[in-house]
Amino acid sequence: MTTTMMSCQGLSKAFVMHTRGGTRIQAFHDVSFGLSEGEFVGVSGPSGAGKSSLLKCLYRTYLPTAGSVWYTDGAAETRDLASAPEQAILRLRRQEIGYISQFFPVIPRVSALDTISNSMVLRGFPREVSIQRARDLLERLAIPRPLWDLSPSTFSGGEKQRINIIHAVIARPRLLLLDEPTASLDAASAQEAVSLIRELKKQGTAMIGIFHDRSLLMSLSDQVLAMEAA
Amino acid sequence: MTLNDLLPPIRGFQYNFAFIDEGVKKEIRRALLKAVALPGHQVPFASPELPIARGWGTGGLQVTMSIIGPDDVLKIIDQGCDGSVNAVNLRKLLVATTGIRTTFDSREATVLQSRHRLPEIPLRSDQVAVLQVPLPEPLRLVEPSEVETRRMHSEGDYARMWVSLYEDVVQHGAVSLGAGYPVRVNGNYIMSPSPLPRWDLRMLNDAEHLTLLGAGREKRVYAVPPHTSVRPLEFEDQPFTVENFAGMTCARCGSTGTFLDEIYDEKTGLATRVCSDSGFCDLVREGAVPRRGRLAHG
Amino acid sequence: MDDRVLVSVRGLEKRYGPGCGSCRELTGPDRGTNVCPQCGTVVAMAGVSFDVREGEILGVVGESGSGKSTLVQCIYFDQEATRGEIRFRGQNNDDDILGLPRSEKRKLRGRLMGMVYQNPLRGLRMDITSGANVAEKLLEADLFHYGRIRARAAELLARTEIPPAYIDRLPRSLSGGMQQRIQIAKALANNPPLILLDEVTSGLDVSVQARVLDLIRELQRELAVSMIVVSHDMGVIRLLADRTLVMKDGCVVEQGLTDQVLEDPQHSYTQLLVQSAL
Repeated sequence: MTTTMMSCQGLSKAFVMHTRGGTRIQAFHDVSFGLSEGEFVGVSGPSGAGKSSLLKCLYRTYLPTAGSVWYTDGAAETRDLASAPEQAILRLRRQEIGYISQFFPVIPRVSALDTISNSMVLRGFPREVSIQRARDLLERLAIPRPLWDLSPSTFSGGEKQRINIIHAVIARPRLLLLDEPTASLDAASAQEAVSLIRELKKQGTAMIGIFHDRSLLMSLSDQVLAMEAA
Repeated sequence: MTLNDLLPPIRGFQYNFAFIDEGVKKEIRRALLKAVALPGHQVPFASPELPIARGWGTGGLQVTMSIIGPDDVLKIIDQGCDGSVNAVNLRKLLVATTGIRTTFDSREATVLQSRHRLPEIPLRSDQVAVLQVPLPEPLRLVEPSEVETRRMHSEGDYARMWVSLYEDVVQHGAVSLGAGYPVRVNGNYIMSPSPLPRWDLRMLNDAEHLTLLGAGREKRVYAVPPHTSVRPLEFEDQPFTVENFAGMTCARCGSTGTFLDEIYDEKTGLATRVCSDSGFCDLVREGAVPRRGRLAHG
Repeated sequence: MDDRVLVSVRGLEKRYGPGCGSCRELTGPDRGTNVCPQCGTVVAMAGVSFDVREGEILGVVGESGSGKSTLVQCIYFDQEATRGEIRFRGQNNDDDILGLPRSEKRKLRGRLMGMVYQNPLRGLRMDITSGANVAEKLLEADLFHYGRIRARAAELLARTEIPPAYIDRLPRSLSGGMQQRIQIAKALANNPPLILLDEVTSGLDVSVQARVLDLIRELQRELAVSMIVVSHDMGVIRLLADRTLVMKDGCVVEQGLTDQVLEDPQHSYTQLLVQSAL
């Protein structure tokens, strides 16, 4: 019997563009689903259906317009992420909830090794342990050694994305949001990334993911959330 | 018989006792009382224009003139010497307008006015020291604005004074200020002790006597009451030191523990050292006091 | 990051002028002006309230005249707020400190806050050495030991990546980037829990700016110090701040998580600001 980690109820998101005279654009409407530990919810739908917007609402980068996102954290406390105070969200992002998108906010002049290990250090892991794990993952995802001490801002798209993935998974988040994580990867890297994701899933990380590759999506998902254009 | 009857007219003109009028004296005395009540705090006073140029000790002079009475005994020195030109002139003025007794022996004086030195023999509780001050504001070194220095005193905001001492140590290995070394009075205000040499500062600390300081041009008086702490500003690891006269002796009286002046003989080209406090030196030569050996200086 | 509130600001106001009953009503972002049409009073800051938590970086973004610089200047006591309350955890019985006498505020400021100005001329004394600039902060906190002052100054200069020999050089002989580093060293001198940064990189060359920002970020991570970062540059805010306030015409029009404010701005002005960013 796995514990429910997240219960999304009637979630909606609309944008009001004040600079366009108050035009209202609906991103998605009335989305509901439940998620347990180790479960993978795949989000499918056509382009413009609001899949990315949904993930961003869950991460609180977007403010939901209506509905609630009940989340039970590692300390068994449940709160509505849509209305939780900022401190709570920041803490959850640091400790429990990871996010992989195609746009990695690269902090320039910080080496790949430091960038990655930092997310573990932030969670209280000792530095040496974090650096070692970072090295292991960098090796696993075939990032050439000379690049480890360089800033990812100079990396290729595929290399950046792999750093992105490692950065999000290194500290084993309880919940991982994935927005097309393998989009810019070649077949071999994509495969390695997927196996990493499967491992995490086995270890209990819950996931909500968007994959353009339908078969991959189906093979990973325990549940599929089909979204329609609003 | 009135006071004025006792006084000889000077070229037919009758001066008020001690030259300045009673109204002026009253104002200065009030300022002095305030100064005594707030050790180290600069109190403004009128310092009216006198037929004496600024820069000639009008501050100290006005203080003396305000406190002196017919029974007082006055000693005036300049750089320790009763015979220097300025001391002589000030003495003449005061005698002419008061008729009081004067002395070169600091033990006999009730009021001692000075520029640049205190006597070697510590003053007693029945004696008052009056010091002439050119620049009463110790913070002027770091801050040109009067409004700002007043604020700094009122808030005890003295960091910038300390910073200048820090810079001094960085540049010279030690604080290189000589005369007029800034002191902390009663643990509170920072004060300029007038251009006294470092040697004399210990005489101000927890003294038996009252010290009054007057700056005529700047129109300020301030005071150090008896038994008040006066500590030179020093870093914990940079102890305050005084002028070093190790191995030197006064050529006139043989003392080895006094503040010495260096005198050059123009004819022979030789330098000799003599006590700056000429009155003390004379007393030793007369056999009235023993010569001063090396003192332990703190 | 600690959830405990370090600084609490309530109803902070700064007005220049006589003020009349309608000042608040007739000024602000909805009116598009800071100046009261009735009495001419400039409402530089109209009742700002927010908290800063331990170890948190709060960004304040806005254009000229928004009141963002006035905000940090009032918190740092450079300017006297017209009204309002500031509370610092553990100080004055957690009571308002704005009402304290000036000398006490100055002492509190020396211990609790560090400030880095956009213009180094404001934050540094150009006529004393960089070491002396740092020493001043230490002396304000009653450290009167020359050796320890020297050691601490050297330590801080090293930490802000200033060459050790510069400790005895005058700031005016050094570059803009170096001057900012000296300001940062000075701000950190007494290990304050809060550092205020007012457009600290705005006057610098881009490459220099980047290095100074990196330094700030690293120091913040290392020391877990709280910061209020004022900038008109959204890149700086995005890089440094966890949460952000958006100010216009003296008011806070929006506040929230930095990524949310920049990617899903709610207020029309914030939307305009974000769209206008290069």
